[in-house]
Amino acid sequence: MDRGLILDVKDVSFRYAGAARDALAGVSLAVSSGEFVALLGPNGSGKTTLVRVALGLHAPWTGSAAVLGRPAGEWPRQALARIVGVVPQREDNLFPQRVRETVRLGRYPHLGAWTAERAEDRAAVERALERCDVVALADRWLWALSGGEYQRVRIARALAQEPQLLVLDEPTASLDLRHEMELFELVRGLVDGQGLAAVLVTHDVNLAARFADRLVLLADGVVRAAGSPADVLRRDVAEAVFGWPLTISSVDDRPQITPLRRHT
Amino acid sequence: MKWLGLILALLASLLAAIVLGPASVPAGELLHSPIFWELRLPRALLGVLVGGSLGVAGASLQSLVRNPLADPFLLGLSGGAGLGAVSAIALHLGGAWTLPLAAFAGALLALGLVFRLGLVAGSVLDPRVLLLGGVAVGAFCGAVTTAIVTLAEASELRNAFLWLWGGLSGASWQTVTLMAVYVPVPLVVLLAAARPLDLLTLGEEPARHLGADVLATRRRVYLAASLLTAAAVAVTGVIGFVGLIVPHLGRALFGGRHRVLLPASFLAGGILLVLADTLARTAVAPRELPVGIVTALVGVPLFVLLLRRWTAD
Repeated sequence: MDRGLILDVKDVSFRYAGAARDALAGVSLAVSSGEFVALLGPNGSGKTTLVRVALGLHAPWTGSAAVLGRPAGEWPRQALARIVGVVPQREDNLFPQRVRETVRLGRYPHLGAWTAERAEDRAAVERALERCDVVALADRWLWALSGGEYQRVRIARALAQEPQLLVLDEPTASLDLRHEMELFELVRGLVDGQGLAAVLVTHDVNLAARFADRLVLLADGVVRAAGSPADVLRRDVAEAVFGWPLTISSVDDRPQITPLRRHT
Repeated sequence: MKWLGLILALLASLLAAIVLGPASVPAGELLHSPIFWELRLPRALLGVLVGGSLGVAGASLQSLVRNPLADPFLLGLSGGAGLGAVSAIALHLGGAWTLPLAAFAGALLALGLVFRLGLVAGSVLDPRVLLLGGVAVGAFCGAVTTAIVTLAEASELRNAFLWLWGGLSGASWQTVTLMAVYVPVPLVVLLAAARPLDLLTLGEEPARHLGADVLATRRRVYLAASLLTAAAVAVTGVIGFVGLIVPHLGRALFGGRHRVLLPASFLAGGILLVLADTLARTAVAPRELPVGIVTALVGVPLFVLLLRRWTAD
């Protein structure tokens, strides 16, 4: 096992009960610390399913998914939550909650059923609030936040878990340009500054190409291309995967795609 | 400070329950009076235990089924207990012990049935299915209960009717002791699940990513909350609204963390029921109102007030 390898998904296949085709077929994904990997692909290509299998929420039909060398499904959830912090696509708070309260939930993986919060837990919460630049919002209600603030708070909660791997499932859907940039910069900064590993599921191909170390392009449950942004975002592959004519340009030496108009 | 206030309120409500009553006992003789020792004191203590149980069961179930309108009886237990009790009355078995036993047995039957219905694919407890199963079992039991009551004689009818609306008049030192021994067990189970319950309010997948063992938590919480409710309904009948209102009051005062919310709901449930029972005993003395009517009369306006506060925010 190579040093720093955190997530190791090998040749995984998975099919939802009653589904006609595999959601994943022979997918592999390895993520090491200090690495920022973006999962790309059209809707229904298997991105979220891959995250679920990688983190033990679904058992793979074939292949294996391991976190720190141990099969993901064998981890007790609480122990796994000390290694991996997740910002899921959807959640809804049943009752109104304040920002600091929800970030404190990130310390639960470190607490027993009867242990009270310790000074180090409170310190970790404040640190996480600071890193995500949401200290000023700490006493606000969650529902009073803007979309960008809300996502930063949820990342703060995942950071309070003090994980080695951060997984974000479409955190920038519905964010405006500035908040989207802020979020990508935040994740890049965490990876560079803290040595975290990050897996980010996104539809923003261009920002992923600008910020991530590696891209994994999924289509119909199969990895169509994986590697550096320049290797993955080739015109023929991208056109086939997204089913639309494109042109490729370059910003900061990273490939950028622009969809073309069919009728001009 | 809030805790001190809650404890003082509990002591005050206990004092009111002991001093006030249809029979006037001079304050100086209260401690020597059998009315105090054999009637008012056990009744007040039972009120604390039952009201507290309903408050805690309501708070846990609201988070379990992810529905702020859930109350301890939503999942069919009142129906089962009612059927058990009314069957016992119809069979002329309405004794001091057989009635609560029959109600408890009925509640356990409903509990088992609803739990079984709520299990999807053998082992996964789905709160939505649980809710539907609870409503179905409750409705079925209610229909059979009404059928039995319809066919019963007039005197039995009144007994059944009074039992169905709930009351603490059956209180004795035996019932207090029984509840004081029984109640702590499910309470401890629920308190141990306090943190996973906090996580469950975010939804199943976020909860699992934050380390909650969702399936085990659901099973434990459902069983413990239902066993609390089953015992409460067996000794006092169906006392509505306590389990619905109290958790919301608790959240408004103490926030949503179950480690704090559950103990606060126990105290607040105790206070509410003891006060409601004092009112039930004194309002139309020497006759007595079913306490369930008082909790509804007090609880509904309180709930409307809370609703308005929410919608105003």
